[in-house]
Amino acid sequence: MVGTPGAILIGFYNPGSVAEEGAPEQQMESIGLSEVARISSLARLGMTPAELETLAVQLEVIVSAVGQLSRADISTVPATAQVGELRNVTRADVVEKGLGAEEALGNAGVKAAGFLRVPAIQ
Amino acid sequence: MTRLEAPILELHQQLVDREFSAVELAREALERTGELDPALGSFLRLTPDRALEAAAAADRLLQADPLGAPALCGIPVAYKDVICTQGVETTAASRILSGFVPPYSATVVDRLEELGVVPLGKLNCDEFAMGSSNENSAYQATRNPWDLGRVAGGSSGGSAVAVAARLACATLGSDTGGSIRLPASFTGVVGVKPTYGRVSRYGLIAFASSLDQIGPLAKTVTDAALILTAVAGQDRRDSTSLPAPVDDYLAHLDQGVKGLRLGVPREYLEVGLDTGVRQVFEGSVRMLEEMGAQIEEISLPTTEYALAAYYVIAPAEASSNLARMDGVRFGPGLGSATTLREAYEHSRHEGFGAEVRRRITLGTYALSSGYYDAYYLRAQKVRTLVARDFDRAFAQVDAILAPTAPTAAFRLGERTADPMAMYATDVLTLPANLAGISGVSVPAGFAAGLPVGLQVLGPYLGEVTCLRVARSVEVGAGIWNQLPPVGGGGE
Repeated sequence: MVGTPGAILIGFYNPGSVAEEGAPEQQMESIGLSEVARISSLARLGMTPAELETLAVQLEVIVSAVGQLSRADISTVPATAQVGELRNVTRADVVEKGLGAEEALGNAGVKAAGFLRVPAIQ
Repeated sequence: MTRLEAPILELHQQLVDREFSAVELAREALERTGELDPALGSFLRLTPDRALEAAAAADRLLQADPLGAPALCGIPVAYKDVICTQGVETTAASRILSGFVPPYSATVVDRLEELGVVPLGKLNCDEFAMGSSNENSAYQATRNPWDLGRVAGGSSGGSAVAVAARLACATLGSDTGGSIRLPASFTGVVGVKPTYGRVSRYGLIAFASSLDQIGPLAKTVTDAALILTAVAGQDRRDSTSLPAPVDDYLAHLDQGVKGLRLGVPREYLEVGLDTGVRQVFEGSVRMLEEMGAQIEEISLPTTEYALAAYYVIAPAEASSNLARMDGVRFGPGLGSATTLREAYEHSRHEGFGAEVRRRITLGTYALSSGYYDAYYLRAQKVRTLVARDFDRAFAQVDAILAPTAPTAAFRLGERTADPMAMYATDVLTLPANLAGISGVSVPAGFAAGLPVGLQVLGPYLGEVTCLRVARSVEVGAGIWNQLPPVGGGGE
């Protein structure tokens, strides 16, 4: 049997932190309706006011439950972002067949002249 | 009686002996699915043309080279709808991917189809694999063939039910926090969550990339081992796939458990286990002890924080992965939006169901400036503690025994209004995902007429041991061939 290498601790795999103006101080406490609205807007979810109210009530419970993490003693513990033997994979620098433009655009709703077409950024 | 009740190696011998053809077997699977699945809802779409074409090709190979044909040649299988299939619509059970036809297949699909399997179609699941009951599919609920009023478990509920009702010989699912093992337990089939990186994730629609693994669901441990053998191994298209050689998953299955040290984590028995589940578990542990295993009580002290850590890490990764679902490159289109922001909000609002929106919001919150250290970073540190718990345990024992879930299948609708109650369904399965280790759920008994699975957790790349212990449970329990009421079994 292969031995247990344990968790390899690496910091670079990170889904990304969202920076936004007006963010509150670092804390672990309840999440209110206005915060749920702000976060949902960051995530471009287009929620209606009624949906936000329901979500705020549910997230209150969930955030309070995950808040028990604050009780764990992690003062000297490094973070694990990924387990396993993650390593870079390279290949010879030669041209290989990939998806053609037609295949790559095959599922797009609106396209024109080999491009995706979207409304202007304003 | 259907031919699909037989284990794969038996079917293979019958195909080799020309007792029936692969085309006949495929037709039987498709007809049986047409007859039983309207009540079960396990398939989102059937691919009869592809199935019959693959079956005809399998027949040609079986005729030309009967002794050289792979064991999976002509065997009907199906894939969870989070696994991309070239030319066949793949939706992840979400409206936002309605009509999405992948231009390539997942590596697992290519590997199985190179061996001549017969792909019957795509299986229902929770939307983007987020759920524990299969009630979050945007299209349909999947019902449990043991009791149509109960859930199949999730998120690979369709994959489990298709095997339990003998519609397919084996299926593929994906397991991020228990999504293979949990529905396997609820429906009375075998489900394997391989070590993180053992099976390529190329072509798997990502939920939480550091936790997701594809694995098999099957009637027997041997069948699951056959499928795992076919799909395991390094893939240059997935940089997290492991270079270690693939073990022989079949060779050690019947070696028994004599001399193995098996650990029972005391914390796993303190999570409010249902009485029937506890009885089945304790009976299985006694049985393994009688078979010669050495049972030891162990401790996994971080268990109490694992659920919370998971429900920070998984939504955080999901919120990032699902950012690509913007309606531009795939999906139902941008509607009449005049700005890009409006277009995104329209697509995502119309395309995502309530649970997916909940998790994206939770994940975005955990990653957002001001909360990152308190939630995401802290959860990652707790993840380290969970992994260390298992490291310590596997220095002491060869494998760990636990119930797969605290209860048997619950009623449809019972937990949908209470997200935390639903999340707690995964409390005994998700620590293995956080640590990246191997696990199997194997049918061990019944509680009030509902199947109950035993979970065998193995160390990193410990699939051989997990499968060997699971096979002993299967032999001892002697229930693998019991059919559910929907599927031909008696009450």
